[in-house]
Amino acid sequence: MTQLALVIDLNVCVGCHACVTNCKEWNTSGPAGPLVDLNPYGKNPTGTFFNRVQTYEVGEFPNTETVHFPKSCLHCEEPPCVPVCPTGASYKRKEDGIVLVDYDKCIGCKYCSWACPYGAREFDEHQRVMKKCTLCVDRIYDTTLTDEERRPACVRACPTSARLFGDIHDPESEVSRAIRENGGYQLMPEWGTQPANHYLPRRKTQIRLREDELERADNPLKIDRQLPKPAQAEPALDDVTSW
Amino acid sequence: MHPAFSVIFLTTLIGAGQGLFLALFTVESYAAFGLLPAQASGFYAFGSLVALILLALGLFASFFHLGHPERAWRAATQWRTSWLSREVIALPAFMGAVSLYGLAHGFELNPVLASLPSGAPVHLTAVLGSLGTVLAFALFICTGMIYACLKFLREWHTPLTVINYILLGGASGFTLAAAFAAQQAPEVMPLLAGWALILTVLGFFSRSASLVRNARLKPKSTLQTAIGIKHPKIVQKSMGFMGGSFNTREFFHGKPRALLRMVKWFFLAAAFVLPLILLAAGLVQAAGGWLMLAFVVQYLGLLAERWFFFAQANHPQNLYYQSVA
Repeated sequence: MTQLALVIDLNVCVGCHACVTNCKEWNTSGPAGPLVDLNPYGKNPTGTFFNRVQTYEVGEFPNTETVHFPKSCLHCEEPPCVPVCPTGASYKRKEDGIVLVDYDKCIGCKYCSWACPYGAREFDEHQRVMKKCTLCVDRIYDTTLTDEERRPACVRACPTSARLFGDIHDPESEVSRAIRENGGYQLMPEWGTQPANHYLPRRKTQIRLREDELERADNPLKIDRQLPKPAQAEPALDDVTSW
Repeated sequence: MHPAFSVIFLTTLIGAGQGLFLALFTVESYAAFGLLPAQASGFYAFGSLVALILLALGLFASFFHLGHPERAWRAATQWRTSWLSREVIALPAFMGAVSLYGLAHGFELNPVLASLPSGAPVHLTAVLGSLGTVLAFALFICTGMIYACLKFLREWHTPLTVINYILLGGASGFTLAAAFAAQQAPEVMPLLAGWALILTVLGFFSRSASLVRNARLKPKSTLQTAIGIKHPKIVQKSMGFMGGSFNTREFFHGKPRALLRMVKWFFLAAAFVLPLILLAAGLVQAAGGWLMLAFVVQYLGLLAERWFFFAQANHPQNLYYQSVA
């Protein structure tokens, strides 16, 4: 069974909001209707988004880290929003595990948003239905696009490759490997929702070098005991020329 | 949560309607066994009409909650999994039973269908009334379970939620029935006012129990589990937008804590203490005016109680929306 999902690397995300912008652009232009913006140029602009990037400060000054945290529907394997829907508009696809809303069936009662602990669903004030991330279902199955383009808009937009997309039930997929090898985790595991989307934690990037690794021990030039000139300690060309 | 007035009116109005119907059928059941003087059919027919009006007003209010009321019929399809869907079926079914019960009394189409071993006749209305009673309780359970089944909303996720809906709906319905009986059938008023007193006292205890329980709740989700970073000190710097969103509107009541406390004391007084005094006064003086006043005060109190019920529930998604920037 396939479970498509995103894996978001918090170690790499720089909080540029490119995924937010590209998500909005793709999903507001599709046949499912726009993601409405109210008061877009006014004092308090508000609108429907599938994806948001939040920022947290972890630790106490001066030992702080800024964590940028992209947040969208997690396509839970046990989605609490699906059984509560009175109309069946909210459903989870068997074939790929994507949780979707049928905009033609939704009555806009907002009960599913109450049942989602992550706040992943947003009510569209114009279309009067509940909306959420579709994993760009209208894009990833579009055979007129090239393989490179058949990925969610947010994944395509990420300039630092912080977003990976794939099948987390395939142990050899890129996402499964990333989760396995980098300590991927789920949000709010205490509710048993089993989110399909995973996050990769902050990792310290370190290079461990020993002294003898800075200079090749088996350098062939050392065979005749003649070291290259100028010697390592002498000023190099860059240091003596002013141009 | 942000209290929606459509849902506040829906739950309080249908609760009173259900309670009123149960009160009417209680009188009929007592009368069937000769414990109370039999009442004219008009008493039941008119009472059923009042209950039906309350239920219809509640149903009408619920439509204001929907983004697409014209598709509301679809909400009856997922009764296998959704308590909301079950309520959507139970409410019209109960209204149907109340209508049939009222019509059977109104047109005096009340043949004896069978008789008990003791010889007491079983009328058509006894069957319809029993059906209505089952449906009234089914509707109470559906309404309560809509909230009690959401495990993330821990203030609601308790059997007390369902018990409160039953007791508070029953109390307001019996209070209204007592006021109604004071005009139409004074001899049954003491019984109804007595039951209203009992239900109001029980409701006071169960609602207080849920208040105590909720005050002692410790949140299960924290910012640490919400973003998965194990550090005791995490501060949100930005929620990703500045102008607000559905997430900041739907899940926050946006009122100061002091107002919440005030509403709590108001509803404890208006839904329980004052109605108890007024009911006792009405009972002693056999005055319908006191009883009607008790119903009005209790209904206002229950509106505040329901507002508080929603406002007090703290949704875990709020962890993600703590700082605008």
